[in-house]
Amino acid sequence: MNPTDFTIAGALAALNEGALSSVELTGAYAKAIEQLNPRINAYITPTLDQAMEAAQASDARRARGEAGPLEGIPLGIKDLFCTAGTRTTAGSNILGSFVPPYESTVSGNLLRDGAVFLGKLNLDEFAMGSSNTTSAFGPVENPWSRANDPSKRLVPGGSSGGSAAAVAARMAAGATATDTGGSIRQPAAFCGIAGIKPTYGRCSRFGIVAFASSLDQAGPVARTVEDCAILLRSMAGYDPKDSTSANLPVPDFAAAVQRGVKGLRIGVPAEYTLPGMPAEISKLWEQGLAWLRDAGATTVPITLPHTKYALPTYYIVAPAEASSNLARYDGVRFGLREAAKDSDLKDLYQRTRAKGFGAEVRRRIMIGTYVLSAGYYDAYYLKAQKVRALIRRDFEEAWASCDAIVTPATPSAAFGMDERQDDPVKMYLNDVFTVTANLAGLPGLAVPAGLDAQGLPLGLQVIGKPFDEETVFAVGHAIERAAEFRALPQLRAAA
Amino acid sequence: MSYTIEGSTGPWEVVIGLEVHAQIVSHAKLFSGAATAFGAEPNSQVSFVDAGFPGMLPVINRECVAQAVRTGLGLNAKINLWSRFDRKNYFYADLPQGYQISQYAHPIVGEGAVEIELEGGVTKRIGITRLHLEQDAGKSLHDQHPQKSFIDLNRSGVALMEIVSEPDMRSPEEAGAYLSKLRQIMRYLGTCDGNMDEGSMRADVNVSVRKAGEGFRTRCEVKNVNSVKFVMQAVEAEARRQIEVWESGGTVEQETRLFDTQRGVTRSMRSKEDAHDYRYFPDPDLPPLVLEANWVEQLKATLPELPDVRRARYMALGLSAYDAHVLTIEKETAAFFETVAKGRDAKLAANWVTGDFFAALNRLKRDISDPPVTAENLGALLDLIADNTISGKIAKDVFEIMLETGQAPGTIVEERGLKQVTDTGAIEAAVAKVLEANADKVAEYRSGKDKLFGFFVGQVMKAMQGKGNPGLVNDVLKKALG
Repeated sequence: MNPTDFTIAGALAALNEGALSSVELTGAYAKAIEQLNPRINAYITPTLDQAMEAAQASDARRARGEAGPLEGIPLGIKDLFCTAGTRTTAGSNILGSFVPPYESTVSGNLLRDGAVFLGKLNLDEFAMGSSNTTSAFGPVENPWSRANDPSKRLVPGGSSGGSAAAVAARMAAGATATDTGGSIRQPAAFCGIAGIKPTYGRCSRFGIVAFASSLDQAGPVARTVEDCAILLRSMAGYDPKDSTSANLPVPDFAAAVQRGVKGLRIGVPAEYTLPGMPAEISKLWEQGLAWLRDAGATTVPITLPHTKYALPTYYIVAPAEASSNLARYDGVRFGLREAAKDSDLKDLYQRTRAKGFGAEVRRRIMIGTYVLSAGYYDAYYLKAQKVRALIRRDFEEAWASCDAIVTPATPSAAFGMDERQDDPVKMYLNDVFTVTANLAGLPGLAVPAGLDAQGLPLGLQVIGKPFDEETVFAVGHAIERAAEFRALPQLRAAA
Repeated sequence: MSYTIEGSTGPWEVVIGLEVHAQIVSHAKLFSGAATAFGAEPNSQVSFVDAGFPGMLPVINRECVAQAVRTGLGLNAKINLWSRFDRKNYFYADLPQGYQISQYAHPIVGEGAVEIELEGGVTKRIGITRLHLEQDAGKSLHDQHPQKSFIDLNRSGVALMEIVSEPDMRSPEEAGAYLSKLRQIMRYLGTCDGNMDEGSMRADVNVSVRKAGEGFRTRCEVKNVNSVKFVMQAVEAEARRQIEVWESGGTVEQETRLFDTQRGVTRSMRSKEDAHDYRYFPDPDLPPLVLEANWVEQLKATLPELPDVRRARYMALGLSAYDAHVLTIEKETAAFFETVAKGRDAKLAANWVTGDFFAALNRLKRDISDPPVTAENLGALLDLIADNTISGKIAKDVFEIMLETGQAPGTIVEERGLKQVTDTGAIEAAVAKVLEANADKVAEYRSGKDKLFGFFVGQVMKAMQGKGNPGLVNDVLKKALG
């Protein structure tokens, strides 16, 4: 058995029993990264030497009886999390060779609990994208491929494409990711793994390069729901350095995974049936609900009437916040600076930002600037905020009749790297099932539930009440157990 | 008689409103823990938050909020228990985030008012529109290098209060008095040190002119004026410019201008067309600022005495309006006076502080924060007068010696033997001697020349080296002269 075959829970058990060392485990992942990264491109900056040193230190801690809850587990870190002393790019040229002197709270929490970092994972530039094709460091390839067209390279989804691809291909036991409109759940679904965006405020945003502050939330991707629960417990927690962080205790999420769904009421929103949605996806959704009923839950039809406005609302709010959040990349204090003509400050900004930002980031900065401009603010930004409140209210009303909501995670399986690149709106449709949870600040979990006709993974999404990740994990695990999802991607660590 | 400026078409009224930026007294910045001391090495008081580094987030400083609430209470203003921070977006090299965090739509303090004192004891009420919290930008230094500009971020993120007045002022004098009054109130509260030369306080002056009875005409904003004197000069210069524009058939355009303190004129900085679109929107990194009514009440209960109240109290103690005013202008002066007057005759204390003590400050070019005589020693001097140890006249000499030596008055009186003689025997002896030596004058006095009494007092005091108790000397003389 290759040590990379262990789930996190399994590896922790083996490490505890002394059957495995972190050096062995980390070494196996390092080998997989060396072997696969040139093709998959999941890591922008692998830090394998440091990882091996960290693994040794971890084994020494374990030997001293000082093992943390994640002691010795090798993880990848999305390159949106600032890591002290390690280059952090956000997938953008504008950060150049930026090396933060500080650690994000979430990655710091993982280090505190004994995790070993394998490196920094690829992503869409500034987390803006659904295919990981906007990264300045090249696209990431999905380790899965179509049975009828195995040579066609598929996208891993985005923006956490590197995180999802690395975990699926066993180049990391688990990974951090972030989700602003679906950036954890969509790539997790495309890569056949689990991923949770927790409730807004559950994980600190301190030290995470901001995309859209009111929507951004960190979460884990891993091979199982239980692994996600283990990682989230370490990542989460109140942080006085983030004013939007929730001052609530962090439950033992892993304990909730096995809770079962007996007596739970599962909401099925009418509005998530889209015209032209592939039959395979509707079928999988039906199947998932049947599994939950078999496990003792009841399913109830619910209505979320403002769902159809979610995507347009998201594509006003997120770019508006991004246009302001990204103003700090001006070439003055850090990152890329393009020399100005005649020492002109405006010219410095224009050259630096034109060279530093890719097309999708520039597009969103322009959209965001537009919707906040005098004369347009009321019609776009203010209206979007009002609709956002209505979307939030839809969910609040739905909770009267259900305990969790189950929907498809994505409207399709992974697509080709050369597909949907011509029309940004088509690309934005990827987030249609996931943005609502961001707009309402709710936890959302993607869990692999089946394969399509071409053998590509499809996922279901579980949405929960605010700060009720425990029920979400329980429902997700029930689907996972019933689905018996055992398929593996074609590209993965070799034994 | 109201203030007007005489143009070629007759008199013009001036309408003035002020936006005052006051730096909050606080050890840390508005949204970061970085220090705020003035005059530190460039870029030595900067956190990653202040420098706008990736992933950094603002966290509100509770003390800065308390200071804004105290100021609002001092301006008799409404405290908004719910307020919100917005981002004001614009690019500049000393604005690291690319936006300033400010309160645009929902300020922490609403409407209030202050009373200003004008010449001749006239008072006028000036309305306050609002007070909001915001962060300061850094500083661009253009004079350090021929091709480069340097940036100092020490000020970046420092907490400011922007206090906006109603357009209630009608003369340079009123504008100056208003600014002085704001400064005085904030210095009493300890919420802003008011050091205008260090940039702790600066004003944007909105000026328009009109004919009597008209509504408001277009205003111009003169930015960043940094002293009371310059505010008064800028008002007049800008008003005169606008009058000239109107009278030559032109139209005043709304614009932002700068006051050239060298030449005493304002010049255009940017027109309305060039005005930024700041794209204000609620800062998603900061939840709304919600205050508890109890907390505001606590701040109110612990507010120090404000200048208007203190002045009224001094007048109730018997001080003249003038003395009460002079003693309350600066909080430090009032504190000095309070120490001198504590448990003593307030009027006598006021006379000494505003008289000999102020004269000494002027003469020695000293400041109330570094007085040549301590308030305790001045009080002790008053005690020596009150208990008849020395006369008021000798006290003036003792005060001079205190200035020179810094010694306590008791020591001086003791060492130099200045103690007043209250021994009636000694006085009787001196009186007898004087009367004997001036038998002719005694005869004149007794024949009705009453005025000579002063002469005898002078002679007795002279004989006693000024140490005779004046009251006793009078009594004994009267008795002896029959």
